Formats: sequence, C-alpha cells, structure tokens
Amino acid sequence: MSGKTLYDKLWESHLVREEEDGTCLLYIDRHLMHEVTSPQAFEGLRLAARRAWRPDSVVATPDHNTPTDHWDDPDGGLRDPISRQQVETLDANIREFGALVYFPFKHQNQGILHVVGPETGATLPGMTVVCGDSHTSTHGAFGALAFGIGTSEVEHVLATQTLVGKRSRRMLIRVNGKVGPGVTAKDIALAIIGRIGTAGGTGYAVEFGGEAIRALSMEGRMTLCNMTIEGGARAGLVAPDEKTFAYLKGRRFAPQGANWDKAVAWWKTLKSDADARFDKVVDIDAAGIEPQVTWGTSPEQVLPVGSRVPDPAREADPVKRNSIERALAYMGLAAGTRIEDIRIDKVFIGSCTNARIEDLRAAARFVKGRRKADSVKLALVVPGSGQVKRQAEAEGLDRIFLDAGFEWREPGCSMCLAMNADRLEPGERCASTSNRNFEGRQGAGGRTHLVSPEMAAAAAIAGHFVDIRKQGKPGA
Amino acid sequence: MKAFKSLDGLVCPLDRANVDTDAIIPKQFLKSIKRSGFGPYLFDEWRYADVGEPDMDCSKRPLKKDFVLNQLRYKGAQILLARDNFGCGSSREHAAWAIEDYGFRVVIAPSFADIFFNNCYKNGVLPIVASGEIVDQLFRECAAQKGYRLRVDLETQTVRNPAGEWFQFDITPHRKHCLLEGLDEIGLTLKHADEIRAFEERHKAAQPWLFA
Ligand code: SF4
Repeated sequence: MSGKTLYDKLWESHLVREEEDGTCLLYIDRHLMHEVTSPQAFEGLRLAARRAWRPDSVVATPDHNTPTDHWDDPDGGLRDPISRQQVETLDANIREFGALVYFPFKHQNQGILHVVGPETGATLPGMTVVCGDSHTSTHGAFGALAFGIGTSEVEHVLATQTLVGKRSRRMLIRVNGKVGPGVTAKDIALAIIGRIGTAGGTGYAVEFGGEAIRALSMEGRMTLCNMTIEGGARAGLVAPDEKTFAYLKGRRFAPQGANWDKAVAWWKTLKSDADARFDKVVDIDAAGIEPQVTWGTSPEQVLPVGSRVPDPAREADPVKRNSIERALAYMGLAAGTRIEDIRIDKVFIGSCTNARIEDLRAAARFVKGRRKADSVKLALVVPGSGQVKRQAEAEGLDRIFLDAGFEWREPGCSMCLAMNADRLEPGERCASTSNRNFEGRQGAGGRTHLVSPEMAAAAAIAGHFVDIRKQGKPGA
Repeated sequence: MKAFKSLDGLVCPLDRANVDTDAIIPKQFLKSIKRSGFGPYLFDEWRYADVGEPDMDCSKRPLKKDFVLNQLRYKGAQILLARDNFGCGSSREHAAWAIEDYGFRVVIAPSFADIFFNNCYKNGVLPIVASGEIVDQLFRECAAQKGYRLRVDLETQTVRNPAGEWFQFDITPHRKHCLLEGLDEIGLTLKHADEIRAFEERHKAAQPWLFA
C-alpha cells in the first residue's frame, strides 16, 4: 500500500463524515472574514435565526474597500458611502456574532487578511483555513489546508463549522535545484503558471516541493502558495519545517509552553510519505527560471523579461490565437514588441502576493539612492498590514521610497483590485506586484503587467521593464 | 435555494476562453451587501459602452451592440454556452448571483474554475461540463440556427439538441439531490450536528492549541 500525501493527512484529520459517493463533511479550524464576501452570509444566518457555531474560529478585518490615505481626515478617508456601509456592516456583524479577533478599519493591525492571519499566528500548520477569498491558498505555505470559498459556503461554515466537499486530486510540483540571482518566489509562481496554464491545476490540490521551494523563506512560500489559484488549484501546500516553526514561535495565537512542543511534534509529521502517490507530478528546473513579466490579460500570458510579445499569426489553435489577439488589443501592444521596450505609467508594490516585509525590503534595496523616472506618474507602495508598515518604518524603508519619489500608504488591498480610490485610468499601464492581470482588474481599461517587487522597483526607476539581473548592484 | 429539474431554453454563445469573475461582475458592484440585483451588471464592461457604477439605471446606458448579450436573437436566453476555464479568478459568489439574476439557469463549458463551479450549485444554477468536441458542435449549431434551444434534464442528466441528439453529463448524487429538491444545505448539515460536536471534542483533545 502506498503512503499518504500531506493533502490526504490534512483532509483525513478533519473528516467528520463521508457519504458513499465521496461527499465529505470537513471540519474547519480557522475562518477568515472580510467586508466584501461576508454581509450576505451573516444576513442568511439572521434570516434563518441561526447562530455562529464557533465565533472563536473567526479572524476578521476589512481590507478590500478601505482607503490607503487621508486616514487623519475626520471621515477617515472612507468617503464612498457604499464602501463605508460595507465596512460598517462588518463591524456590526462581528459585534453581533463574535470573533477571536477583529481588527477594524484603522486599527494598528488592520491589513490584508492573508498577511494578517500568518503574522498573528492565527494560521498554523495542520489547520483547515477558509475565507470568502480565492487567495486563501496563501496559508498553505504553513502546511495548512487553506482554500477560498463562496459566500454561501461562508454562511455554511459560520452555521456548522464544516464544509461539504469532495477530495481533490493531488499534484506535486517539484522545483529542483537552485534559482539564479534576481529570481524570486514571484517568478517561480509565474513560471509555473506559464507552464501549466491557468486551468492546469483545476480539480487539484498542489503540493510544492524540491530544493528551490525548501530554500524559500516563509514570505516566499506565501507568495508562491498565494498564486496557486492563478494556476487553477484552490489549495497550494508546502510541508512545514524548521523555518515554519521559527516563523511562528512567539506569535500572538501560536501555541505556548508545553502546547508548543506538542504542536511541533505533530507538525513534524505533516509531510507526504516517501512512497505517497500523486495523480500528477510536474518537474521544473529552477536554474531555467528567469525574471517574469506578464504581457496579456491572463496570468498564463507570461514570458521571461528578455522575450518579445508573441505574434498571434504563429498560433495554430484558433481559440488561443483569438485570445492572444484580444489580449494584445486590450494591452495596446504590437506583436513582437520587446518586453524591455514596454513603457509604464504607474507602479504598484503591494497586495497579498507581495506586500510583506521581505518584499518591501527587496524593492527598497533596489530603489535606495535612485529616483523614479519622471514619465512614471505614480509609484505606489502599500504595505500588507499595520504590522508590516511599522516594521518597514522602523527600518527606514518608508524614507527610501519617499526619497525616490514613491508614495508610502496605509495598508490594504488597494490597487490590486481597485475597489478603493487607488486605480488605473483607462489605457494606463502598470507594473504591479499583485496577482491578476485580468481586463479592468486595476481599474476599467487599465493594463496590468505582473512582476516581482524587485522588477517593479526597477521598472519605476527606468520607466520601462528592465532585466533586474543586468542592473547595477542594488543600492550601489 | 431554487430547485432545478429541467429546462428547455434559448442558448447564448460566449466564445472566449478563461472568462474570469472580474469580467462576469466587475469589482465596483461587489460593494452591495445584498444578494440580488446583479443581473443588469453581468459582463458590465463588455456589455456597456460607459463605465458602470453601482445603482445606475442600466436601461439608459449606451450598449456595445456587438456583444452577444445585446443581440436581439439571444434575448431571454437561459443557457450560456462558454469555453474553457469559465469563471476563473476570484471566489466572488456575486458572479453566480449575476448569472442567475440575469436569467441563466445553465452554463455549458468544457471546463470551469473550481470555486465558481461550486458557487453555481448553491444558487440553483447548473454548470455542465461537456467535451471540447461537443461544445464546438453546440457553438456551430447555435451560430447557424436562430432561436437555437437545448433541452436540459437533470433527472436523466441529459442535454438534447433540436435534432434530437443528446449527451449525458456528470453530477455527484449529493449535488443532484440538493438541486432537484432545492434543499437548504445548511439545514441538511445540521442534521449531523451531534457528529460535528463529537468530532470537535476529539479534535480539541488532540490539538488543544487550535481552540485557544
Ligand atoms: S490583495 Fe488583492 S488578491 Fe489579495 S485579498 Fe486583496 S484584493 Fe484579493
């Protein structure tokens, strides 16, 4: 008999019951909530006169709608009345139903949920973690089974502490060997999506393994797992190891004392057995990965920075040719353009993909002593959480960005999805460290190129994309 | 939830792959705290020539005439025919709400993104996975015949074209049951409340730190 994968172990340790057709009832340990996908779920509970099953599983904060400037104004910057209503609705719902912890708007620890969860120790190995948000996959970096759900499921978890679902198939993506200089977790993630496609992981839970993955910091693993959903898989996993334990130790909701030792002993068992079978294995050579830039309107439309934008005439498949043509038209790019010749209007460094302290350090290292190009209208740095912001300021990163002509903002989702005032105008082109380059994602008519924090910083300085590896020593 | 048993409906073809949830319902409409009223904003950026804002009166907005939803021949369509990886992107259930509110009860595609696929069932919308060949055929037939309709029957899990050809689709017995009966899934799960409580006790004994 073959052994078990990490995914199997996580699934089985949360299995409440299983029907004959494989439909399972799965227990949920951690429920993250934000203002956009929760109001209708609470309303549903209220209408059915149901209570929340375990309010102390809930960690909540508003992030999608919240402004990133003018916090000192009397209105707190939250000027859009419907955004305000949504944020206040979350306040009221948490007051009524309860939570383990709630960071309201402008609380010193408010931020993007997927940054706040791990940094408070509310995400732990071996947990099931859900949220009405597809980037819940981020938390898989800790060896937690974490995935996004819809609002009906948010209501289901609130009312029953469980979810109904079937097992996913299991995929192992091994990134073998070491990455070269200038290549980050973001580039690994984009290169994987370029390889398997945005639907490549559909129906699978993905475990990441291999030397290059083990070498990533916790921040890097979060970036990677975050973008698993862009490859179609709801959940991405990295087995916990000493780095995971070191990251968690002493954090607010991490176990203490004797429980810590007990927990670590259990967490050490959370890995795929040597003889575990996967439904699919993808091997990737780390050394072959270069800094990546997306050129189109889907994350799979990605290429190494030294490439040229593709020519649809060379694509035989009519559906694919059609999507290349459409993407080029939307992006305002001619076939064959060198990626390094693409000029940008704005830069966004932020989002649950790349707004952790390490991301800001990496960008700042490159920006230090340089200035943003005059042609770049706005270079926005939005820390992932209040905690990240304080840490960055303590290290003087805010000064580095400000001195270079960047803007330094309050935490939130910001221009990742432009639900607040931070957005692209029609036709504007942006180098962005976020995760989605869909049409209109950063503002109607806006054009998004996804890159790593280093590549975004370098683009801000040059005014166009550049190969980070060809630049002088950072900070020199 | 609305029950779904069978449907004889007009088909609307949306010939693009990787249609994402930002395209299905753009973010500005997610500020609503309601579950209904999203239909007029379905595919907003493709459908209207201006930039949509919540609470706009859509009957007065300029239309992009070429977009399928604006073509007279597809008015009143209840079946959406789509390409690979339909519904990719975010978890927003607003996408399923918009599709349902517009009047679609069935979406047929070669593949769907997982979260969107799930969300459909919770809202009485039946997502049907058909092979690429079948979907190609349906697109061809739909383009060739005005008023092209399909007959979808959940009980027998079949889709039938006007020529009487049919294919069968998969659905788990659990989902089929919930959809046929229009069941409240939370009510169903709560029938197992004792089992959930018993599991919770065991779980807590083994990993007390999860209950801090
Ligand atoms: S930062 Fe972007 S992707 Fe992440 S949760 Fe916010 S909106 Fe979603």
